[in-house]
Order: sequence, then structure tokens, then C-alpha cells
Amino acid sequence: MYNFDVEQPSTLADAVQALSRDEAQPLSGGQTLIPTLKARLAAPSVLVSLGGIADMQGVSVDGEGRLCIGGGTTHATVAAEAAAHYPALAGLAARIGDPAVRNRGTIGGSVANNDPSACYPAGVLGSGAVIVTNAREIAADDYFQGMFDTALEEGEIVTEVKFPIPSAAHYEKMLQPASRFPLVAAFVAKTAAGVRVAITGASNNGVFRWREAEAALSANFSADAVAGLSVDGSDMISDLHGTGAYRANLVGVMTKRAVAAMG
Amino acid sequence: MPKDGGIGASSKRREDVRFLTGNGNYTDDMNMRGQAYVHFLRSDIAHGTINSVDTSAAAGMPGVVQIFTATDFEGVGGMPCGWQVTDKHGEAMQEPGHPVLATGKVRHVGEPIAAVVAESVEQARDAAEAINVDISELPAVVNMKDAVKEGAPKVHDDLTSNLCYDWGFVEENKGAVDQAFVDAAHVTTLELVNNRLVANPMEPRVAIGDYNRSDGEHTLYTTSQNPHVIRLLMGAFVLGIPEHKLRVVAPDVGGGFGTKIFHYQEEAFCTFAAKACNRPVKWTSTRSEAFISDAHGRDHVTKIELALDAAHNFTAIRTDTYANMGAYLSTFAPSVPTWLHGTLMAGNYKTPLIYVNVKAVFTNTVPVDAYRGAGRPEATFQLERLVDKAAHELGVDPIALRRQNFITEFPYATPVAVEYDTGDYVATMDRLEEMADAAGFKARRAASEANGKLRGLGVNCYIEACGIAPSNLVGQLGARAGLYESATVRVNATGGLVVMTGSHSHGQGHETSFAQVVAEMIGIDENMVEIVHGDTARTPMGMGTYGSRSIAVGGSAMVRATEKIIAKAKKIASHLLEASEGDIELKDGAFSVAGTDKSVAWGDVTLAAYVPHNYPLEDIEPGLEETAFYDPSNFTYPSGAYACEVELDPETGQVTIERFSAADDFGNIINPMIVSGQVHGGLAQGIGQALLENCAYDADGQLQSASYMDYAMPRASDLPFYDVDHSCQTPCTHNPLGVKGCGEAGAIGSPPAVVNAVLDAMRSGGKDVGHIDMPVTPSRVWAAMNG
Ligand SMILES: Cc1cc2nc3c(=O)[nH]c(=O)nc-3n(C[C@H](O)[C@H](O)[C@H](O)COP(=O)(O)OP(=O)(O)OC[C@H]3O[C@@H](n4cnc5c(N)ncnc54)[C@H](O)[C@@H]3O)c2cc1C
Repeated sequence: MYNFDVEQPSTLADAVQALSRDEAQPLSGGQTLIPTLKARLAAPSVLVSLGGIADMQGVSVDGEGRLCIGGGTTHATVAAEAAAHYPALAGLAARIGDPAVRNRGTIGGSVANNDPSACYPAGVLGSGAVIVTNAREIAADDYFQGMFDTALEEGEIVTEVKFPIPSAAHYEKMLQPASRFPLVAAFVAKTAAGVRVAITGASNNGVFRWREAEAALSANFSADAVAGLSVDGSDMISDLHGTGAYRANLVGVMTKRAVAAMG
Repeated sequence: MPKDGGIGASSKRREDVRFLTGNGNYTDDMNMRGQAYVHFLRSDIAHGTINSVDTSAAAGMPGVVQIFTATDFEGVGGMPCGWQVTDKHGEAMQEPGHPVLATGKVRHVGEPIAAVVAESVEQARDAAEAINVDISELPAVVNMKDAVKEGAPKVHDDLTSNLCYDWGFVEENKGAVDQAFVDAAHVTTLELVNNRLVANPMEPRVAIGDYNRSDGEHTLYTTSQNPHVIRLLMGAFVLGIPEHKLRVVAPDVGGGFGTKIFHYQEEAFCTFAAKACNRPVKWTSTRSEAFISDAHGRDHVTKIELALDAAHNFTAIRTDTYANMGAYLSTFAPSVPTWLHGTLMAGNYKTPLIYVNVKAVFTNTVPVDAYRGAGRPEATFQLERLVDKAAHELGVDPIALRRQNFITEFPYATPVAVEYDTGDYVATMDRLEEMADAAGFKARRAASEANGKLRGLGVNCYIEACGIAPSNLVGQLGARAGLYESATVRVNATGGLVVMTGSHSHGQGHETSFAQVVAEMIGIDENMVEIVHGDTARTPMGMGTYGSRSIAVGGSAMVRATEKIIAKAKKIASHLLEASEGDIELKDGAFSVAGTDKSVAWGDVTLAAYVPHNYPLEDIEPGLEETAFYDPSNFTYPSGAYACEVELDPETGQVTIERFSAADDFGNIINPMIVSGQVHGGLAQGIGQALLENCAYDADGQLQSASYMDYAMPRASDLPFYDVDHSCQTPCTHNPLGVKGCGEAGAIGSPPAVVNAVLDAMRSGGKDVGHIDMPVTPSRVWAAMNG
């Protein structure tokens, strides 16, 4: 690790102010950022810890019936407190990493990072959620812009994520055996505007909506409706753990199983 | 009736109290007054010419004590290799130099180029980043078959090629073996890869060098399985320090699995730098460094063939293996694919003719050396996969084919130069079939199929050679060391014992099981016996712990020393009891005169030895301390039969292990619980190799699985509840305890069972692919199913 300063603001305004310092970077659960620093792959001069901002904590339901999760809320808290409102999302949070990761890692950190194999991006995109920042609200469809790339501007903080609660949803995850991130995972949700299918772990461009499956499922919500569909694996992530063709297969299998699990 | 102490009792591991309460004393827990820290600047290029190493900017960085490069080691010997293999033409292997810090060229990612000693680790790292290294990159050789082609880039320019040796075993048999293949009724051929592994002990390597200017003594604290071996190799060959000025301490060590046998550059560096800097120098490997600097394991590419006659008797085996040495010869690397591999190729079968060819190859990768099982897993995997394949080609039951060819008479001299003293392969297979409930498999398969899954059952046998090894024999085979073991038993005046053993415990539980043996021999409570190991200043000599040799060789030395103690104590007792020595009996910690009720307690005898007021001073010396060295007359040959049952998800290729049964014959058992634990750990590593672990390099020599994000270690949830049994016991005939060793069996015996089971499952789904390489990942299974 290189040396850095730490700021521990207790309000969002102070955090935004602190992030205007040169080479400042937000720190949330640190489950991605701290290993990066330890490997000396990043050298921020100041880390602005978001953990002390009370407004960014917690799980609640707003007037429109949306599940609102503060950007600093840990995976463990979501797993426990969202279960009654949105079991599929709570289940997703409950299977991220291991207990240590879930007790530190946060939803804000996960969606800000937008790892192409992360779980939350699938939940957020699959639900058609809204990402709230200190400056604006961004629809999930506009927010995820490619591998490790989002609509966030420099110094912008994810303060909350608002999930419309679908009538039914399921997250199906095939584990990458070493990291236990998704090798490929599918989040399927029945929303007011139709079925949404979000896939993580497969594309070199990060999380994406599988439109063909959405159309097929909106017409006929059954595992059979997606059984005949396939995606092109030639452009997909290909690594030690699976070829693009294999991942393309998993896209179909995970989606089909998610649908089957929704009954 | 289970015993509650002594040999055969499942005594709880006494060392676990300190380990589980955070009171272990590992090398990194030790800190010397005034110590400095070293950070190694390692190559991130697999192969290149070093044009310059400019340390001028780094030298002025905060906290820097001294920076070392290859020039500082010009007067120092290179890292020695402890085994010289002679090739099939009678020529010595090619043995390249192995510098402490890269000299002239870098040859693998991770090779240390420079070392910065500083006041803190972070300062050392900062300064290392300021070192300017100019390297002209050269094409890397990674694939072994490419490496031995004409015109391939050479890892070592001063060698004639990348071929370390071309070994034929037994060369004189080759013609007869080839003829047997011509005459065979059936020939089964199999090509396979034995995947490269990273050992990944929980504790990474650590070294602390310390130098005492007042008496000129060097001390090295290190994470080693064999501190005396390090003292000899480093003292005599690298730094030129005589043993009496060099102490090596390996305190609690958190797992080794082979990779902590070897002498590493970091150890020599810290010892050297402590004197040069006049202060202790400490190095603690990060996990990232461990991946690119700990010796790797396995990495064979093999073609094996089996010849059978019309009645399905095995008539010959022929193998052709490429074994990766990596960029340099690690301490025992040449012995692994040869003497620890070729000699096991008979397995459990009475195949009359065998020929093994091994080409050891240099590549631009981390050196490869012994890893749990070392050579024997590679032999077992190819043989047991081959026999299974033969059975399927012939349409016969794989267990029946094995049984038909089992060796049943002992001693048995194999055609590959070893003699099995005892064994009962029929008994372990019988036991296995009961444990695995082979009869119930059909119903379990039907249940899986009803859930859309495939189910497979795989079986294999194994034999291994442990209790390494008769010194005169290994000397003939090229070992540059003897492989005896020593023990000193010191009895204190009040009757307690301290046993100083040259074996080293780094997870095996010696402090418990060794004490059980001595306590049993004397008939006293185990807690009166303390086991000391891991310090060259306390134990006379030690060849260390590997090759499942500790109880068979180290335990035997301890038995011999204890026998001497008992003999002397009997003399003292006969004096105290005024009886003739021949009438003295030792039982339950008391000496008595046969046929009388006269007796004297153990503690009274030991007290007399140290307070010799009433003592036969004219016949024997006071005191009660004895040392013995034990050199085995043969290897020991543990054997067994394993069964694995898997479920396979045909849509994802995911394999889960549903049952695993292991029937082992380890001869006599000292502590059944510890033995089961050793088997459990070995199985985890064997299953890890079979399903998960994949040390992969890309074509440029970059390690692709260089962290736990990509290198999959087995987790508890990847493993089933094992069913292990060691009730089949054919005691070793040539050591005093009748023990064989159990540390590696699980890792040796399990990979073929897993792969055989996966292939069985695939066949039941209509796909007969003949073979699938490890690790059997979901992606590979799916590709094979859909290929
Ligand atoms: C062993 C292990 C296993 C894991 N397994 C999984 C898994 O299965 N699935 C999965 O999805 N993830 C997994 N993760 C990742 C984990 O979920 C992380 O917690 C998450 O990716 C990052 O969240 P964090 O709060 O730790 O963020 P940090 O590490 O603190 O930050 C990550 C990045 O986001 C920025 N950032 C943080 N918070 C905000 C914010 N509110 N606004 C703007 N920018 C911000 C930081 O500056 C940094 O660039 C795993 C991690 C580990 C270590």
C-alpha cells in the first residue's frame, strides 16, 4: 500500500467536499478497494470513508412501494432486512462472497465498481432500479456502461438504490470455483412493464439485458419459452474458468432455471 | 476396546491447544531486536536478458539500509540440487547454475532480481519500485514439447538444450517390453496431463537471518520441513558456513506439503544479509509472492500404454512422460519424476514387464518439485486411469480386471526395482466394496437421473513407497544425502522424558503420536513425554519430514533410542533390586524381578541415574540419555482402494462428490484419529487436484492463476463426508513398529477415483470420451459432453 490520508465525513455534503480534493477516492466496504491498494494497483492520496454517513445506511420502503437501500448498506444487512420485502434481492445479497465480505461490502461499492462478474449489477438492472447519487437519479438502463464503467462522474457518490418490487423474481448463480463470484448468473424479474432478464459474468461489456429472452418470457412465462434461445458466445468472457461458448450456454441454463424457480 | 493412551489410542492432539488458541509460535511471530525487512524485486518477465540493474535512485530512499543485486553474491555458491539423475545413456543430467539473485538473465516470473533491506516492509517496497531494471525480453518457453524441439529458445544458454535428462527405466527391459506390445492381444493407450499445482500451505514462507558478532554464529529461522537439511545445503554449498557456526530453527510451521522441504534463495539471502547489514533481516512472503516463488508440484504430460493377453492378464506397461522442472532445479526436483515415480509404475499389479521413459524439461516457469505424494500420485493417476480405460475397451468390470491382476504373494519384487514386503490388495478392495455400497449404486443412479443428473462410480487402487529411504540405495540412485533419521531420548531425574527427533511436525501431530509410542514402550503416561523438533541446536541430526517417512523412519529411530534407555534402566533396576539383569521385566512403568513381587518404579530408577548414590558406577555411567540413528532397509508400501461417487449436472457440467470411501492399509496404527485426519487432508488435496486446482501459464510465461481469485482451493463445501477405514493391516516387516506411513495416501489415491467416476457418469449419459484432463472443471465437462 502507498500512503494516503483518510477523511471520515459524517454528512454527504462533507463527503462531496472531501472528494473534491486532488486524487481523492471514496472508500465504502473496502472489499474491492483495499485489496487493490495492497497490491499497489491504485494510489489515491486521500480515501473518503462513506461508512460514517448515517443517511446512506439502511433498508426502507418508500411511498411508491419501492425498496430503498442506502448506498452504504452492507450485503449482510440487505440479506437480513430486505428478505420480507424482496426475497430475490435479499437472496442475491446473502450469496455474495463469504460472511466477512458480506459484513463489510456495500451495495454502493458494488454498483460503483460494476465488476463484470458482480451480483448486484444483475439485481439492479434486472429490477429496473434507480441509482440515486448526491447529484441526480439514474435509471439502471442508463447507468451500467460496460466493464467497470458506469454513468458516475468523478467524485459522484451512490447514496441509494431504489428497487421497484417485482411481482416475482429469482437470481440463479453458477459459481466461479475460485473466487465464487458468478461464473454466469441471471436475474429474472416480472415487472409491471414486462419481464426483465439481466445477465452478469458473461459479457465483456459487463451486465446486460437479454432482450430476446425478455420478449419470449413476456409472451409466455415458462422455462420452455427460453429453452430454445441461445446467445452468441464468441464475444463473451473466455478465461481459465470457462470459454465464451460455455458461458453462452450458462446464460440459457441460468435463465431457464431462474424462470423455473419462479414457478 | 479403544485404548485411552499409548499405541492405538486416539489421543487428542496436544499441539492443537496452542494452535487453536493463537499461541502457536510461527516464524512470522518471531521478531528480533533491531531487525530490518527485506523486499525482493521479482521479475515480471518470464525470460529476458538483464542489461542493467540501477539502484542509485532507490539507495537514497527513506529507510533503506542496503540494496543487494547479483554482484553482491559473486563470491557465493548457487542453490544446490540434492539429487543427480543419470540418463538412459549413462550421462549425468544437465545441471544449470541457480543464483541467489538473478544473474545475466531472468528465467521465470517471480525470480528475485534485487533485494532491498529497509527499516520497514513498505519502505523496502517503495525503494524496490525505484530500482531501474533494464531487461530485453526473450521469447519464453512454456510448453514442454515445444521446449525440446530443435531451435527452441534455451532457458539456460550454457546447456546444450532444455532437456535436463532423458531417463529410461529399466533401460535393459525396453526391448522385451516393446516385444510384449507386439505380441499383445489388446493394447490400451492413454494420453493425459497431470496438472501443475501450487501447494498453498496456510502459512506462507518466512525467513529471518540473525548474526551474532560475538561468536560468529549465524541463525536462520525459517518455515522448513527439515531444518538440518537447510543447514547442510545452505552452509556447505551456498554460504560456506560450517555447521557449528550455523543454527537453523523451524518452529511451528503451518503446513508444508513438500514445498517447504527445499532450500530457497530467500533463506540464503536473509542469512547472508544479516551479517552484511549487521542486523537481523526478516522476510515474510505475501500470498502473491508464494504463487510465483514456492516450488510448484506435478506437471507431467504422459502417454501410457498397457498390453494384455487374450485372458486379460497385464503383460507389459510402457510410459513416455515429459516432466516440467521449471526454470531451475529445485532441491529434489530430479528425483520426483524418476525414482519416486518410475519405481511405482507396477502399482498393485503383477505386470511382468515395465518400461518408463521420462524427459525432464526446463521451461520459463517456477521450479517444480515434490508436492504431497511427489511422483507417486502421477504414477497412480496414469496407471489407474489406464486400467479403467482398458476395462471399458474390453467390456469387463473394472474392479474384476484389477482383482484378476493383483499381486497376491509377498514379498514381491516388481520389474521396476522395488520389493513390496507386505500387502493384501484383495482385502482392501473387499473392504472398499462394502464401504462404497457398490450394490446400492444402481438405485442411487436412478434417483439422480430422476432429477436430471448423471451419476458415476469410480474406483482405483494405489500403492506408494514411503518411509524414505535406505541410504545406500538412494546413494546409488543419485541422492546426495542419506535418508536415515535420528532421535535423542533424554530422561530427566524425576522420570519425565524429552525426545528430540529429527522429524519435523508441521501439522502431522508428531508431538502427540510420537509421545504415545515412547509412553507405551515404558508404560508411563503420555504426558510424561515431550517431543522436541525443529531446531538444529537441540536435535543431533535430522533429515526431516516428507515422503510419509516420519513414523516409519523417525519413529523407528526413537524406538531404538528408547530401547537403549530401557536396557540401561534395566541395568540400574537390577542393581537396585539386587537381581540379575536378565530377570528384570518392565511393565506399566515399573521394573520387577520375574516371578517375585519385588519391584522398583520408573521414577526411582531415573532418580538413581542422576543421583547415583546407590549405583553400579563401575559398570555404567550415570545419567539416562541415548541417541539412535535409524536407516531403513527398505521403503514401506502403504496401499489401498478408493471409491468416489459423483453427480454430474449435464447442463452446466458441474460435478459434485456425493460419496468418497477410502480403505487403506497403513500397517500398524499409532493414533487412529490422527491417521484419519491425515487421510482427510490428503483426500482434500487429491480432490482439489482432480476438480479444482489449476496452475496455468499463458504462452508468455505469465501465471494466469496467480491468486485465490483464479486458483481454486478446495473448500469444505466442495468435499463430501468421507468414509475412511484402516482396519486392513499388513504390518511392515522391516521396521520395529510395523508402520507404513499415511501422510500422502489420500492425495495419491484419490484423483483417479474422481476422474473415473466422472467418466462413468458421462458414459451413462451416452458420452464416452475416453479421458478428461484435470482439473475436471464444469467448463471442461460441458465441452466434453457437447463436443
Ligand atoms: C472474497 C470476495 C468475494 C466476493 N464475492 C462476490 C460475489 O460473489 N459477488 C459480488 O457481487 N461481489 C463479490 N465481491 C465483491 C464485494 O461484493 C465488494 O464488496 C464490492 O464489489 C465492493 O463493495 P465495497 O463496499 O467493498 O466497495 P469498496 O471496495 O470500498 O469500493 C469499490 C469501488 O467503488 C468506489 N465506491 C465505493 N462506494 C461508493 C459509492 N457509494 N459511490 C461511489 N463510488 C463508490 C470506490 O472508490 C472503489 O472504486 C467479493 C469480494 C471478495 C473480497
